[in-house]
Amino acid sequence: MSMFSIFSVSGSAISAQSQRLNVVASNLANVDAVAGPDGQAYKARQVVFQTTPMGADSSAGVRVSAINETNTPGRRIHDPGHPSADAQGYVTHSNVNAVDEMVNMISASRSYQNNIEVMNTAKSLLLKTLQMGQ
Amino acid sequence: MLDKMTDQLGFHGNALLLRAERQRAIASNIANADTPGYVARDVNFAQAMHEATGSSTSTGAARLASGGAGAAGATDPRHIPLPASTTGIGPRSTLGYAVQSQPSLDNNTVDLDRERANFVDNAVRYEATLRFINGQSKTMLSAIQGQ
Repeated sequence: MSMFSIFSVSGSAISAQSQRLNVVASNLANVDAVAGPDGQAYKARQVVFQTTPMGADSSAGVRVSAINETNTPGRRIHDPGHPSADAQGYVTHSNVNAVDEMVNMISASRSYQNNIEVMNTAKSLLLKTLQMGQ
Repeated sequence: MLDKMTDQLGFHGNALLLRAERQRAIASNIANADTPGYVARDVNFAQAMHEATGSSTSTGAARLASGGAGAAGATDPRHIPLPASTTGIGPRSTLGYAVQSQPSLDNNTVDLDRERANFVDNAVRYEATLRFINGQSKTMLSAIQGQ
């Protein structure tokens, strides 16, 4: 039954997209984080998707091969009264770009929905196949 | 006599398998819609069906078993034939590459709108084939029972 591998393919995509959504959530949560005691502000993380073969011939699933940190410099805001301000009075915030993350979130959510729909269609087709000849 | 009765069912059975194969290929495309560098695949249903029904004759069956219908997909007799698929039907050579409509910077060639349309279209055709099979088996059963 070659259609059963649709579930593993779409399942891998759903898990990859939810991991992407997870990373977006942690980026958005840390959008205003300032440098901690180690002097390093939060760095935005991005998932890297990679195609992975799934069992049967020509089935291509997807997996998260790495989670990279973006190395753009963090936002520096002049706020001399802030306890984390440096000698020049600047506070280093995280380098998260909230607009980028929102776009990422919408894209992940749409892909997730697409794959759920694929699974639902495959499920109803398989159920109808089971009833063949009745 | 029985093979004549089930001949038509065999045709639709082949069609059903190929539809399932195509459904799987499209599902892979949708799953990889965000993967950089992924190249969309699709099953050429007409060609695959042609090869599958050609195999219902004895020579064709041997040809399909011996590896992907000779040089299927080759445009020159000197081309080296591709290896046969591990699945019984729908040799790998019928799995082509979808034509890119809007090139993207990350070299991903999946057109999500087209894939979704293909997916729904294929699902409907799969169901239609199922209904053909159901209807024919019902016809045959009523002929056997003679009621």
